[in-house]
Amino acid sequence: MSRDAGEAATVEHYVSPEPFDPHSIEALSREQERFYMASQWRMMWWRFRRHRLALWSAAIIAVMYASIVVSELLAPYGLHSRHSEFIFAPPQRVHLFHGGQFVGPFVYALAYRLNMETLKREYSEDRARVQPLRFLCAADEYRFWGMFEADLHLMCPAENGTAFLLGTDRLGRDILSRIIYGARISLTVGLIGIIISFVLGIVLGGLAGYYGGWVDSTVQRLIEVIRSFPELPLWMALSAALPVNWSPVAVFLGITVILGLVDWTGLARAVRSKLLALREEDFCTAAVLMGASPRRVIARHLLPNFMSHLIASATLSIPSMILGETALSFLGLGLRPPITSWGVLLTESQNINAVALYPWLMLPVVPVIVAVLAFNFMGDGLRDAADPYRT
Amino acid sequence: MFSYLIRRLLVMIPTLLVISVLVFVIIQLPEGDYLSSHIAELQAQGEKVSQDEIAFLRQQYGLDRSQVEQYLVWLAGMLQGDFGYSFEYNLPVSEVVGDRLFLSFILSFATIVFTWVVAFPIGVYSATHQYSWADHGLTLIGFLGLATPNFLFALVLLYVANVVFGTSIGGLMDPQYVDAPMSWGKLLSVLEHLWIPVVVIGTSGTAGMIRRLRANLLDELQKQYVVTARAKGLPPIRLLVKYPLRMALNPFIADIGNLLPQVISGAAIVSVVLSLPTTGPMLLSALQSQDMYLAGSFLMFLSLLTVIGMFLSDLALAALDPRIRLEGGTTR
Repeated sequence: MSRDAGEAATVEHYVSPEPFDPHSIEALSREQERFYMASQWRMMWWRFRRHRLALWSAAIIAVMYASIVVSELLAPYGLHSRHSEFIFAPPQRVHLFHGGQFVGPFVYALAYRLNMETLKREYSEDRARVQPLRFLCAADEYRFWGMFEADLHLMCPAENGTAFLLGTDRLGRDILSRIIYGARISLTVGLIGIIISFVLGIVLGGLAGYYGGWVDSTVQRLIEVIRSFPELPLWMALSAALPVNWSPVAVFLGITVILGLVDWTGLARAVRSKLLALREEDFCTAAVLMGASPRRVIARHLLPNFMSHLIASATLSIPSMILGETALSFLGLGLRPPITSWGVLLTESQNINAVALYPWLMLPVVPVIVAVLAFNFMGDGLRDAADPYRT
Repeated sequence: MFSYLIRRLLVMIPTLLVISVLVFVIIQLPEGDYLSSHIAELQAQGEKVSQDEIAFLRQQYGLDRSQVEQYLVWLAGMLQGDFGYSFEYNLPVSEVVGDRLFLSFILSFATIVFTWVVAFPIGVYSATHQYSWADHGLTLIGFLGLATPNFLFALVLLYVANVVFGTSIGGLMDPQYVDAPMSWGKLLSVLEHLWIPVVVIGTSGTAGMIRRLRANLLDELQKQYVVTARAKGLPPIRLLVKYPLRMALNPFIADIGNLLPQVISGAAIVSVVLSLPTTGPMLLSALQSQDMYLAGSFLMFLSLLTVIGMFLSDLALAALDPRIRLEGGTTR
């Protein structure tokens, strides 16, 4: 006994005051930690970044949406500025050199002549008159976002000169400016429409998938019925039902709601099938046993599991909305002037004459194609990235 | 198989009923009706319309009854082949619609065949030559077809056809054949005009088809039986045609259900631009002038076409894919 006590006195119980790291042996380097501890969203970003085309598309879409914030600034002319002396003027080319000398970006003045035989307006470049473009300058006045007056433009024509880089329409309005303004409407239509269809799809698909039974079969039948309508005639019928005396803004909202109301079925189906599979999982049972309400189970435990997939498929259905709006406006059932979208602009090229004589009236189709393609490629990339844990 | 057919047919009935309710609600949505706008127009022109006459017209067209009654009358009429009366044309709807519906059907059918003929070889080629230049190029062209608004493409193609081939503009045949009896010349003229809408509508669906076929075939090509067959020395073409292609083909047929509404949508707007004598332009004008029975019947017909198309694609799929079980009720 006493010997034990003596030994204990010599070797005291020792506790190091130094902080102890149990993982010191298998410590992760900073890079490893960044890699292994990455959140799901970070991993998705890494995967998305690998898809070059999708990355570029995302950049293009970002630029387009950024442009709608400052449309007034970017457009060289106002949305409704008319130039009665330059009706159906062709696009003016931007030159850099005049007579072998560098003068910076400029256009030659337009010379107008009415051909008395064909009664056609003929424009030609007046090679003698150089009209240099001005940058960050004052030109047409506008109300920025309808709130305060300004007249600053990124680019404007020379004093008393013209700069119709994409030509003019039948009222002598600059097409480039109108395309820039049109982006504001065309791009928001898709966005608002997709939000509506997203909410409807999640709510109805979620109910169907979570409760099953008669709720499920009702929603299923509803989806079947809506899907067996051809989309465009249905859109046409619904937008023809919008009251004629509504203001253009109300019509704009009405159209977006209609686009969303018809589109939600695909999303609802995706939500439903995922929910059906997931609600049998253990973590879901556990949540229910702990007394979570259905709302909480769906929103907190089930939805985050496939949110990324939903976002990807929502991105893929924005283009169909943009095209839908374009088609409706083209038919005269969609947006009405003074609201200007790419579809409204394209109504100008409705007849074969425009194609033959004034092909630049079809230019608003270019941003439509670019936006639709970019959304498609970005959606593809998002879909590939949506499940980063899969190798 | 027979009981499956019967059950599948029976399911169509409630679907069509719900569709008919929806169609009726949609055509009732606009304020007022054709008659009131018609009367307003007459009065604006200075013609006197007596109250008796208005009441008589209202009763004649059943506009004085309640909405539910109007619906039931419309439904009962449709079941007996009476689709109501077109106000604008002053003719029974079935007489106005007949020819146009047939042409719409022809157009849709030709478009689907076109989509298949184009998508099939391209899809197979893209899958077997994954990530080659041709694969990327063809995919890009497919996407371009998807992204270009149909109506504009139709206009441009129309112009090109007129300048290059001298095809007359608009319509489905040269003007001199419109009322002529059927002849070889007329048939050729129809074919000469038909390719434009077929190509235009077809391009928007082809991209999706190519993508799906490519994905399906790629999945199949990675399976082990393909590796085994290749290891055993089966010639590549034979290997491809014998198994993976067949497996990848099933979704192709199941896809009619997706393709058909798209084709009909596309046909509607392209027909307006090309002024084809199909349902599109007439539906548009009927909607604009609130000619409700005409518009309603069109919507109904178009949905019917889709529902029947889906039915046929289900049947074809059941016949082709022995794995699809015909017994057992739920279709999950």
